[in-house]
Amino acid sequence: MSTLDDTSTPAKVDAPAAIAAKPASLAFGRWATIVTIIALIVAPLLVRNFVIFQLTMVMIYGIAVLALNILTGGSGQFSLGQSAFYALGAYTSGILMEHFGINYALTLPIAGAVCFAAGFLFGFPALRLSGIYLALATFALAVAMPQLLKLGVFEEWTGGVQGLVVTKPDAPFGLPMSQDMWLYYFVLLITFVIYLLSVNLLKSRSGRAMMAIRDNEIAASAMGVDISLYKTLAFGISAGITGVAGGLGAIAVQFVAPDSYTFQLAIALFLGMVVGGVGWLPGSFAGAAFIVFVPNIAEGISKGLSGAFFGVLLFVVIYLVPHGARQGAIYAETLFNKLRRS
Amino acid sequence: MALRQTIRIVAVSTIIMATAATGGSAFAQKKYDPGASDTEIKVGNIMPYSGPASAYGVIGHTEAAYFKMINDQGGINGRKVNFITYDDAYSPPKAVEHTRKLVESDEVLLIFNPLGTPSNTAIQKYLNAKKVPQLFVATGAAKWNDPKNFPWTMGWQPNYQDEAKIYAKYLLKEKPDAKVAVLYQNDDFGKDYVKGFKEGLGDKAKSMIVIEESYEISEPTIDSHVVKVKSSGADTLLNFTTPKFAAQTIKKVGELGWKPLHIVTNVSISVGAVMKPAGFEHGQGVLSAAYLKDGADPQWDNDPGMKKWMAFLTKYMPGANKTDGGHVYGYGAAQTLHKVLEMCGDNLTRENVMKQAASLKDLETDVSLPGVKINTSATDFAPFQQVQMMRFKGEKWELFGDVISSEATH
Repeated sequence: MSTLDDTSTPAKVDAPAAIAAKPASLAFGRWATIVTIIALIVAPLLVRNFVIFQLTMVMIYGIAVLALNILTGGSGQFSLGQSAFYALGAYTSGILMEHFGINYALTLPIAGAVCFAAGFLFGFPALRLSGIYLALATFALAVAMPQLLKLGVFEEWTGGVQGLVVTKPDAPFGLPMSQDMWLYYFVLLITFVIYLLSVNLLKSRSGRAMMAIRDNEIAASAMGVDISLYKTLAFGISAGITGVAGGLGAIAVQFVAPDSYTFQLAIALFLGMVVGGVGWLPGSFAGAAFIVFVPNIAEGISKGLSGAFFGVLLFVVIYLVPHGARQGAIYAETLFNKLRRS
Repeated sequence: MALRQTIRIVAVSTIIMATAATGGSAFAQKKYDPGASDTEIKVGNIMPYSGPASAYGVIGHTEAAYFKMINDQGGINGRKVNFITYDDAYSPPKAVEHTRKLVESDEVLLIFNPLGTPSNTAIQKYLNAKKVPQLFVATGAAKWNDPKNFPWTMGWQPNYQDEAKIYAKYLLKEKPDAKVAVLYQNDDFGKDYVKGFKEGLGDKAKSMIVIEESYEISEPTIDSHVVKVKSSGADTLLNFTTPKFAAQTIKKVGELGWKPLHIVTNVSISVGAVMKPAGFEHGQGVLSAAYLKDGADPQWDNDPGMKKWMAFLTKYMPGANKTDGGHVYGYGAAQTLHKVLEMCGDNLTRENVMKQAASLKDLETDVSLPGVKINTSATDFAPFQQVQMMRFKGEKWELFGDVISSEATH
């Protein structure tokens, strides 16, 4: 998983540590990858169904954070509106499953395509905006979405304020596993595919074009990069992946309703990206784990002040590891190398 | 010796008879499902302690305090209640996660009083599939009374649609030629009221309603909507709004010098949180309906039930704001569960919990209005179905008319 060093934002990281660790990073990375994959495959066999459900949610939010990471870490555009695309994906999957009886797995590419189109189109007006202005424009999208979903015009399909209850799929071919476990492996497979595609995308010509835009728009343009195309493309791809995550989320939670996709979700995804490390794809999943588990920890400390404790924990993380999980990984790597040498 | 033996036989048979009368099983045999034991009953709960609906969190705090009081008094049939409550921030995915945690990890006997229509809808299918009681949900949507399809889900409060039907009935009787303006919140809450109200008016709905105006919960003020509604020429205002907006509406109506027949929902009748901020002078003559007593209303100062409530609040929630209706609500709901668990005796299975919850007969909680009784049966999963109309006069609500059962409106 460390093959992604070239997707990072070196300028923003404590350079010496990152550079010094780089030559050895591949070996460690290979082992880390193998260990991670084995752990992910074995994990559901060892824990309760409800923990499997939580891990599934971490992966789903992880995909959504990863999508935002491609947009922000890759092309340098901000978005506080990812919850709108997540909602669009969730509703697309939900409506196709419940009203048209389409198989859950087939609804995902459709959800992705619908969101890709929506994101691509939104990318055009976004072209004229940058930085905090773009963040505000996308913020409007996130705020508007729950209300649009409540509109009477769509009520026949969306179920209005009451939402849609989605049926959870059983394991196919009579496999002897619970619904939760099946869904876990199903989501795991999709996560792998999306992760690998994203890595390849960022390493490809298009990915390099996006990063060139991120680093210096004028220079990129001078080198012949079609700025408007790649910026809108980044928006479309990010929205499409978020839509797939939304569809998976609808299947896992078995329910879609406007109140599930408020601005809070957009903030949570943004938070996940920052905590995981902007521009570092594996960090997306660390960030997702943060947004799923840390609110529970904060609540365990105090019911009345859960929000305040969450803030304190967030502050601690930002203060100690300002570059997120990426920085933690670099520390771990350096430590590991030192131990091996001694 | 013989005397002692006789006493013992009498004692044992009394116990058996008592159990047979109150519990389900004929013998004092102990039966447990996960979450119950000789010493403990685990009760799970979901509340929005944070997020947009965090004002309702006080209900959860009150329930926790209520069970602390019960435990201090020796528990229910000798068992302590372990009340486990989690924060879902009014988000359905979080509600699902926490419910699964309560059922699969904490292993609670039942889920009690989870709040919010979206959150309850999200967990209903799961709990019914797992056969875990989803008891006395804290939402007034009409759909919780459906024992045929969801035998493990039961409501508690009177539902919004039934309440709206009662207002419709009142209008048809008192002011059949009214020109009605309907102001409602654009969500499940407001839409349920509108639906019930129109059904209650029946064929006359079209001719009587002159304007329907909705607002979003995120709007800072409702004033412009009130002005618009007034300009429609209506002489009757149905105000289906939540407390903050109800206070704003009552105030604005008063300031405009408009004098419609004004009905507000039961959700927004708190003297402390609605009528006082609106200004008592503006609230005179406003109508509503109630099923619980108001903690801030001095007319209950000598009421035995409210004295118990007050004593509880002083001891277990010092510093609590007694004008907050959540304290009354939480107390009433917790007391209903207390009664059900008491009736279960030593048969603490999930099935028996539902059976006992569906056999409540004329139960009056400390905080119910006089004459308002809880009744349930195997085909009726709507505990509260009675309300009484009331009118605001001076600085308090005055009840009038009889206790009305919403069943009569169907």
